[in-house]
Amino acid sequence: MNQLDSPHPQDWPKSLKAETRALSFSYGSRLALKKLSIPVSEYQITALIGPSGCGKSTFLRCFNRMHDLYDGNRYEGEILLYPDSRNILASEVDPIEVRMRVAMVFQKPNPFPKSIYENVAYGLRVRGTTERQILDEKVQQALRSAALWDEVKDRLTARATSLSGGQQQRLCIARALATDPEMLLLDEPTSALDPMATASIEELLLDLKSRVTILMVTHNMQQAARVSDWTAFMYLGELVEFGLTKQLFTTPSKKQTEDYITGRFG
Amino acid sequence: MSAQSAPHPHASIARRKIAEALFKVLGLCSLAIAVGTLALLFGALLFEGITRIDWQFLMSYPSRHAAQAGILSAWVGSTLIMLVTAVVGIPLGVAAAIYLEEYARKTWMTELIEVTVTNLAGVPSIIYGLLALGLFVYIMGLGESILVAGLTLALLTLPVVIVTTREAIRAIPVEIREAAYALGATKWQTLTHHVLPYSVAGILTGIILALSRAIGETAPLVTIGALTFIAFLPPAPVTTHPPYLSFDWLLSPFTVMPIQMFGWVSRPGEDFIGNAAAAGVLLVGMTLTMNGVAIYLRYRMRKQVSW
Repeated sequence: MNQLDSPHPQDWPKSLKAETRALSFSYGSRLALKKLSIPVSEYQITALIGPSGCGKSTFLRCFNRMHDLYDGNRYEGEILLYPDSRNILASEVDPIEVRMRVAMVFQKPNPFPKSIYENVAYGLRVRGTTERQILDEKVQQALRSAALWDEVKDRLTARATSLSGGQQQRLCIARALATDPEMLLLDEPTSALDPMATASIEELLLDLKSRVTILMVTHNMQQAARVSDWTAFMYLGELVEFGLTKQLFTTPSKKQTEDYITGRFG
Repeated sequence: MSAQSAPHPHASIARRKIAEALFKVLGLCSLAIAVGTLALLFGALLFEGITRIDWQFLMSYPSRHAAQAGILSAWVGSTLIMLVTAVVGIPLGVAAAIYLEEYARKTWMTELIEVTVTNLAGVPSIIYGLLALGLFVYIMGLGESILVAGLTLALLTLPVVIVTTREAIRAIPVEIREAAYALGATKWQTLTHHVLPYSVAGILTGIILALSRAIGETAPLVTIGALTFIAFLPPAPVTTHPPYLSFDWLLSPFTVMPIQMFGWVSRPGEDFIGNAAAAGVLLVGMTLTMNGVAIYLRYRMRKQVSW
């Protein structure tokens, strides 16, 4: 692992779930990510912060090959997924295989216009699980993990769209968790939610990290400071600084990071 | 600018409101003209024809005597042709739309196809008739049959089905597709589990609109050789002996409602005018029923898929 590259070797995660190596990404001719090497610590929360347009969402969406859905996108470099050190960007790797290992929650809650139950069960159904008992069990488990079970257990057949925004986002988290992914990507998961719902999602994330590695994008620096263990600060498609969240927010090593977290630009 | 020189706000509001009132009146007039003309036409048709509509009229073949003539062969012909059109046109149109929207890479070829398909929706129907006459009747030798009529109308409805299906598919938010893909779904699973079920209401509307247009078509069917006087029915599709299904009816000659109407209208004398009007009322009834079914289905599907 890339320990020697870090300016402070003690600031490098000990156990990695994934890491990018010189990851570049371009939309057509526009280079959106420039040679990023960022580690993702296992069973911890890594936050990506930076001003709008810095490429943090683009970076996140590389981890489940979401960019493959659209023409004209190109990756360079590697994303290694551990423990098998598989480069998930390699051309012989099917994006579907990647998405089955790495789940994602989006910025805006996007439940399917189906029942609560069917939403959570969908990932399993895609994988061919049809046995009712297994589905029931997994759905309950996932809803419990997403701290939603008590609120919806009596109305699993109700429309997912009838839930509140915060509940919908927790449903999306449950949907992502139902297939026991190794890693969970979250793209500004609380930006469409009110403070109460945001607090409950943050609490949930802290709860979840013992079971799944989390990589999240947030535009909210307080949120990054509250929930993450590691933080990467990006600017214009480049990594400015990576480090322990505690350190990055109290004693940033770069002037740019300090300016951003103190609100002087961004 | 001083406070004095500014016009009193009420004057300006009143002036702007005049434009609004004017537009309201204008809009109402346009609506009245459109709906009024239609109502008048249908009223006249109803007035002329309603007395002719009875069991005998529905169950009789055309005849030289107006009072004994009926539209049995016409409505059976229209129904069977619509059946062929639907069976051929809907799967082709929907599949083409899905391919164009979801699978085709965006190249100049697909752009060209898209533009062409959209323009085909505006091509006069008689052109389709000529194409069908050359292709189906002469080259393929299928004769002046129900099959050819159905295929011709299927071609005619294809652009409409394709365009409306594509629009319905495109209306599904990209967030929903991404949610499915992110869970490991394949393109086909995303399509069949989400995109198509959520857009089926829109697709159905397009299909029914296309079929409603097709059922009233006359020109292309005359071109391929529809008869105006048919005193027999096509062979029954169901038989009493194995294999119990027969497709001979596909190659039978045919007539359809609008052609029967035209045949009666073009006769000298007043006798057959009532018959034509009655057939017109029934044709409008058939079209409205199809639209009614579309509205009902759309309502039911919308209730199932609530955003």
